[in-house]
Amino acid sequence: MHKFMLLWVLCLLEPASHAVSVVDDRQITQDIQRAPQRIVTLMPSLAESVCALNACNRLVGTDNYADWPEQVKALPKLGGLYDASVEAIVRLKPDLVLAGKSTRIVARLESLGIQVIALEPQNLNDVERSLHVIAQALHLPQADAKANAVWSSAMSSVASAAKSLPAHVPGNTIYFEASTGGYAAGESSFIGGVMSQLGLRNIVDKRMGAFPQINPEFVVRANPHWIVLAEPMAQSIDRRPGWSGMDAVKSRRMCQLTAAQGHMLVRPGPRIGEAAQVLVNCFKQSMKP
Amino acid sequence: MMAARTHKPWQVTSLGLLLTICVCVLGLTAGSHGFEWGLDLSDPVVRDIRLPRTVGAWLAGALLGLSGAMAQALFRNPLADPYLLGSASGATLGVSVALALGAWGGAYIAPEIHSSGLWVWRLGLTGAAFVGAWLAVLLTLMLANGVQHTLRLLLAGVVVGVVLGAFTSLLTASQPYLLPAMQSFLLGNTAMVNGSACGLMAIVLVLCGLAAWRLGPLLDALGLGEDTAKSLGLQVVPLRMLLLAAMALATATAVAQTGLIAFIGLVAPQLVRSQLRSRFVAMSALSAMAGGVLLCMADILARVLSAPQELPVGVLTAVLGGGYLMWRLRVMHIAGGDA
Repeated sequence: MHKFMLLWVLCLLEPASHAVSVVDDRQITQDIQRAPQRIVTLMPSLAESVCALNACNRLVGTDNYADWPEQVKALPKLGGLYDASVEAIVRLKPDLVLAGKSTRIVARLESLGIQVIALEPQNLNDVERSLHVIAQALHLPQADAKANAVWSSAMSSVASAAKSLPAHVPGNTIYFEASTGGYAAGESSFIGGVMSQLGLRNIVDKRMGAFPQINPEFVVRANPHWIVLAEPMAQSIDRRPGWSGMDAVKSRRMCQLTAAQGHMLVRPGPRIGEAAQVLVNCFKQSMKP
Repeated sequence: MMAARTHKPWQVTSLGLLLTICVCVLGLTAGSHGFEWGLDLSDPVVRDIRLPRTVGAWLAGALLGLSGAMAQALFRNPLADPYLLGSASGATLGVSVALALGAWGGAYIAPEIHSSGLWVWRLGLTGAAFVGAWLAVLLTLMLANGVQHTLRLLLAGVVVGVVLGAFTSLLTASQPYLLPAMQSFLLGNTAMVNGSACGLMAIVLVLCGLAAWRLGPLLDALGLGEDTAKSLGLQVVPLRMLLLAAMALATATAVAQTGLIAFIGLVAPQLVRSQLRSRFVAMSALSAMAGGVLLCMADILARVLSAPQELPVGVLTAVLGGGYLMWRLRVMHIAGGDA
């Protein structure tokens, strides 16, 4: 009789655990039975999303590059984006792994019985959607409302960064070089979305893809008001054939980011407010005489 | 060996010159929005971007074609190519180190070198590729214990290629942000060639052309076999040394300016050999011309096929060159000959 009583009490104590189903970026529907308490993330932006949803304390490990917020730095580092260590992850006994879609070890982890949600946010919409998926997967109470709150606060910090832009900048055209070799950040990329939010017009439109390799002649012809590039590329501007005639180069309307800022800007996560602020500061800086 | 068609050298030369003029004109009209037929040389875009780019592509292709002809004569093997001595992997490692240093500290080029205006040593990625290619060739020579043994040279080149390639992979695995930039180098890119790069390549092409002209008669004798050459009283070792130096210089210069462009060095001499047989001097000059025309054509296609986006030029040279080689193998198969 006592045993039955005990079971009954236990049943009462058990939190109302209903499985949550989410669809990840592989279009696989995942049923998550219990709220995950030991989470591993394998992309910096995924760790940032978890922390933005106030669940940083559930993280037990990240990839080598996750560095925001501060407390993430102290967690075990499990490897790179493409070569994370299966053994190190398994040893942490995670009940949920959040990984990029193109990470090879996803299949291996699943075959070892670890639940993996693969998310590959590329642009602003993806980031917003990932926040919802993560909030639901974590069994957060009022998950959608929480994700919405995080997203709208991020967007409002973008809006306030936009307000501090000098008046003539919105409406200007811009070229953002994402990496050496003439790869541009197009309008459909994450950072392209942030620039659109700031009211800038990208010379690389949506049809051309997120990070296309473009003909440098195209940039010269488009003659954008602004050129943004990160540190190592900025050094080669003056040696590029034909670029010296561009208005942005002549009047030095060139925004030079440090390599670290460059990495932060191309990381599609919830820190868009910060990304917008970096760009705004950079514009202001380069307009000083 | 399949009988070459019996074209006269002057016929092939005039065809080469004609094609060179054609691709140069086409290159000047191929812009970021497809072909623009109204050609205006005073337009800064045409003058400062398309002209150096077109001439640069021709020169880089010519350097690769020339050093390919040298490699095939030196190794007496029609499948030899200029990257055999490890220069390609050396250049790749050089570029990845420079990129990694840039990503770490953002200061891989000392500002004083930058502003010193020594344009021959425009360090940075170009310089790093050049230095890397040379160091790799020297390493190959050291491993091979000199230039006497062809087989040792080939083996040493393969070993250096694999080991340096492993270092590059290690570096890019630890710095995934380098990948897109590395890819642009590995697949070749002529977009950033400027006037001074063209000048540099032209000087090197003249120097290596002179070396080929000087070495031509000796190489023809060497083609009869090493023992025959020795019995004719030829100094085989200094000859090979000079040839290797010219090859390495031509390859390193081209690779430094345009990245690793596949197949030109292999296909250009083959293409010439399928049209005529002549002495080394003529063959190497024609190979240079064929290489130039091929790379120029590939570059024009790379620009216009999906304008304003660019296709990696190396993909096109590989498709064009590989397609040609496959076709040639098939022809040989039908003719019942062997390569």
